Amino acid sequence: MDEGLKSELSKQGVFTTTFEQVYNWGRKNSIWPLNFGLACCAIEMIAAAMARWDLARFGAEVFRPSPRQADLMIVAGTVTKKMAPQVVRLYNQMPEPKYVIAMGACAISGGPFKQGYNVLKGIDRYIPVDVHIPGCPPRPEALLHAFMTLQRKIDEQALTGEQRPPFLVAEAPSEFPVPKCGAHDLEPPNNPAVWQPPGLVKAD
Amino acid sequence: METLDQIKARAEAANPGARLEIIPNGSPSGQHSILVDNQHAAAVAKFLRDDPLLQFDYASNVAGVDWPDTVLKKVVKVKQVVEGVERELDQTVEEKKPGYLEAVYHLYSMQLRHGPLILRLRTADRAERNHLPSLTSVWRGAEFQEREAFDLYGIVFDGHPDLRRILMWDEFKDYPMRRDYVEPDDYEYEPTAHDDVLEKARKHAESAV
Repeated sequence: MDEGLKSELSKQGVFTTTFEQVYNWGRKNSIWPLNFGLACCAIEMIAAAMARWDLARFGAEVFRPSPRQADLMIVAGTVTKKMAPQVVRLYNQMPEPKYVIAMGACAISGGPFKQGYNVLKGIDRYIPVDVHIPGCPPRPEALLHAFMTLQRKIDEQALTGEQRPPFLVAEAPSEFPVPKCGAHDLEPPNNPAVWQPPGLVKAD
Repeated sequence: METLDQIKARAEAANPGARLEIIPNGSPSGQHSILVDNQHAAAVAKFLRDDPLLQFDYASNVAGVDWPDTVLKKVVKVKQVVEGVERELDQTVEEKKPGYLEAVYHLYSMQLRHGPLILRLRTADRAERNHLPSLTSVWRGAEFQEREAFDLYGIVFDGHPDLRRILMWDEFKDYPMRRDYVEPDDYEYEPTAHDDVLEKARKHAESAV
């Protein structure tokens, strides 16, 4: 709708909107996170949900203990290779539309444990991540910022056309293969459909 | 607490056939330890726990140690006949020392408020003969820590009630805390690579170009 006409009508006391705007407005203000934490980042996540930072202001205070009722997965903490299959399985069990925030250095890259034999180098190797938050651990403000970023992302999603989000594309995958516990490492070590190792550029 | 020599003498007297050895620690901490032979380890452990003067009722820590195979190079003088004249020549002799695994128990007495006493058990080698007697029957708290030593070092504790991997998954085959552990090669770019990581980065850069 033409912005000029819209503002002209609003001056006359006529409120106009689109289905897309109302739909996205509703979605972005009721993101229900999945109630789970993996390490110390989860403590910051809990703090963000409590009165001082008050995640309820964003309509996201309803932490759901079941993945079936959750819209958002906050991967808060170190993802060990032993835990990674369960995290991917939880993601698969969430209904669309679903979003992922990777919270903290460990969840986005392995963090201080990157060289460890037992730590996954970032959950984005197996599932698509919408917002990455650096920090060790990130302060609750950083998580609030991630929420606002995610809200903006949801708000900007077009429901029709080529640019529509994956959950409205019938062919787009909603579930991702759960890695197997192998003899030496997880098999496969990453999901090539979601993540590719960064290319090396020789400096000279 | 009695000295290690006194403990050793009394433990050997109480358990005929047991061989204890005091392993000195040359560092400033000077925490010397006692090495027990595997056959009598459980009996000696029971003695340490139940003896009225010792009463080591608390195993605070069980650690694994990996001692890899080492090659010692020695210069030996060898007499050889060269061109009819007997001469002394230097010859380097390589002496192979087989490696072994150790389980180290740190014992305290809550009753008498003394400790630690450091008890060592040693396997015959690092490959097949990697068995040690479990001391879980003496100190119940050692159960999970022995499982951890089994998981990360591959020490098999005979008589352990539930010897499974505890940190890694059951299908895992390696022992990641051993010094010859080779981790899976899934290097990715790091902005501040250094030491081993830098070495790895160089290798990957060479193979990429």
